[in-house]
Amino acid sequence: MEQTTSPNTPRYDDQIARMFLSATVLWGIVGMLVGVIIALQLAWWPANLGLPYATFGRLRPLHTNAVIFAFAGNAVFAGVYYSTQRLCKVRMFSDALSWIHFWGWQLIIVSAAITLPLGLTQGKEYAELIWPIDLAIAVVWVAFAVNFFGTLVTRKTKHLYVALWFYMATVITMTVLHVVNNLAIPASLTRSYPIYSGLTDALVQWWYGHNAVGFLLTTPFLGLMYYFLPKAAERPVFSYRLSIIHFWALVFLYIWAGPHHLLYSALPDWAQTLGMVFSLMLIAPSWGGMLNGLLTLKGAWDRVRTDPVLKFLAVGITFYGMSTFEGPMMSIRAVNSLSHYTDWTIAHVHGGALGWVGFTTFAMCYYMVPRLWNRPLHSMKLAELHFWLGTIGILLYIVSMWTAGVTQGLMWRAYNEDGTQLLYPNFLDTVTQLIPLYWVRVVGGLMYLVSVCIMAWNFIKTANAPAPSSAPVEA
Amino acid sequence: MSNENDQWHSRVLETNIGFFGGLTAIAILIGGLVEIVPMYTVSANQPENAELVAPYTPLQLAGRDIYVREGCYNCHSQMVRPMRAETMRYGEWSRAAEYVHDRPFQLGSRRIGPDLQRVGGKYPDGWHYEHMRDPRSTSPGSVMPPYPWLLTATIEPDDVAATMRALDRVGESYSDADITNVAQLLNAEGSAIVAHLSDAGITASADTEIVALIAYLQRLGTDADVAIHGAAALTPEAP
Repeated sequence: MEQTTSPNTPRYDDQIARMFLSATVLWGIVGMLVGVIIALQLAWWPANLGLPYATFGRLRPLHTNAVIFAFAGNAVFAGVYYSTQRLCKVRMFSDALSWIHFWGWQLIIVSAAITLPLGLTQGKEYAELIWPIDLAIAVVWVAFAVNFFGTLVTRKTKHLYVALWFYMATVITMTVLHVVNNLAIPASLTRSYPIYSGLTDALVQWWYGHNAVGFLLTTPFLGLMYYFLPKAAERPVFSYRLSIIHFWALVFLYIWAGPHHLLYSALPDWAQTLGMVFSLMLIAPSWGGMLNGLLTLKGAWDRVRTDPVLKFLAVGITFYGMSTFEGPMMSIRAVNSLSHYTDWTIAHVHGGALGWVGFTTFAMCYYMVPRLWNRPLHSMKLAELHFWLGTIGILLYIVSMWTAGVTQGLMWRAYNEDGTQLLYPNFLDTVTQLIPLYWVRVVGGLMYLVSVCIMAWNFIKTANAPAPSSAPVEA
Repeated sequence: MSNENDQWHSRVLETNIGFFGGLTAIAILIGGLVEIVPMYTVSANQPENAELVAPYTPLQLAGRDIYVREGCYNCHSQMVRPMRAETMRYGEWSRAAEYVHDRPFQLGSRRIGPDLQRVGGKYPDGWHYEHMRDPRSTSPGSVMPPYPWLLTATIEPDDVAATMRALDRVGESYSDADITNVAQLLNAEGSAIVAHLSDAGITASADTEIVALIAYLQRLGTDADVAIHGAAALTPEAP
């Protein structure tokens, strides 16, 4: 690696990257396992086990929080700690803050895993965690911010590389979103009530919710793409100018799109329309990022076939392009009138989560593990198996949920022949219709989970292999 | 030639963290400010007839806490959209004023089960009791889990009092007298539901969670008249 080949380069803290990467894999498996369980509960209700702690209503927030904040969160931190040091040619600002960040974040995840099944919740989607945990998140996030910006300040390079812009946007925006959305007055140690009420609360929540997708699942992963893709492809980023334009357009436009979650609600029309229009405009910067990524692969496409890093990135970026086309389409009122409240939304989210976030994370892991543990990957065959199982799993998942969403949406609005009555006045008819598709989802989700377990096994074998006698890997 | 802007970005922004971070912060703040601040400052955005919608009663509050605790919003929405298929299925579409006391809001994002905005008054109390005990006894084919623990678990008046105090602090209004007498208020309200259940042949205690949840569910959507027609809905017309 760089620091061992040149005496001038500083020594980086790779231990923190190893820890965050291990946590990513571990929590990824936990979060996805809970996902498979709740998928099973919808196909077969006895899987709720008759326990208060295991009902769908309590486990679904555990699933979403685990995959967003534990899996994707740790993945972002692993990649940010690894790449920021190398892009700034300096060790992290403070090792103490790095450790506080790591252990604080894991403690937050464990508290979430305990409180959510107990029914301790704020009842706002993706912001369920109770106020003491929210305070801990704020403190740990600030520790991360100080550490990150401190590293930028002490950098030995002149310019901030594009990946760092996206990391900066993440650190700044998540702070604002988290603090504003969680403002509440406690009634006890475990309960609190928001300072906003009704539709204002809804507006603030979806401003937060949509931008948590934007600034925890999009901007940092674009940053990771801008670091790991050129490294793995050994080619420069396709267009520097495009990266400037799409960065500023993305951070400015994203924040307006939240109200598309509240179309046809009693939220004032102007706010709904703003949400829809800005969502449509978001296609431009999103596809700017996708194209800049895919075009960077120009001249390296032959290696996409063999290199797991490039393979997962190419598919991940493609899913990003697909999701960021689908999202704006679903923000159009006419489309939303069909898609809203159905599994189409679930399909959309999982195209982004399993495809873009998941595959980008796996690409990053396949890049980092051989370098961080200084050993060649245990098995390329297993990586190949991971890729195909995962890809087929995603397809089964999203195709079944698209079908379920459109089916149910159409059944809800179907009339009898003369148009005077609903064709399916009994809501349950529109539920039982979906059960076979729910089983397909269970299979797809299970395949994805198994594929990640295969990756974990591959990494464990890699890390435990005897140290190579020759020079470090540079693959 | 064409690269002047790029050069400015590279020379000025990318070498100056404070400037870059500051511009980013401004870029991300504008959208949120433009959308959220007018909710408070422009009177046209205030829900009509909001002042006429009564706050939740203590028992309804306790029921709402249970609704939130069990994560009902993961499967049930509380928002009827202004579309014919929706109003035919559920009833009147949702008005902003109906939500003014909702902290947190519970609009939901997915209907694995039906919308609940207009469920208040749709079924008798006994139906809800049976439905929570065993969803398939009232709704064959349902995928909802049973909630038998609600039938035995009890609510604590002290917890409800703490809720009322916290809500009072964020802008709801609960009098000191109501907070002091919360136990009696809960009991009086619960006893009415217990009587309904008794008529249906069900024996329940007034302090159980199921009774509180029924109180909340039966309140849902019943403010539509006031929200739509204002004060006229409160004074019954002469026959």
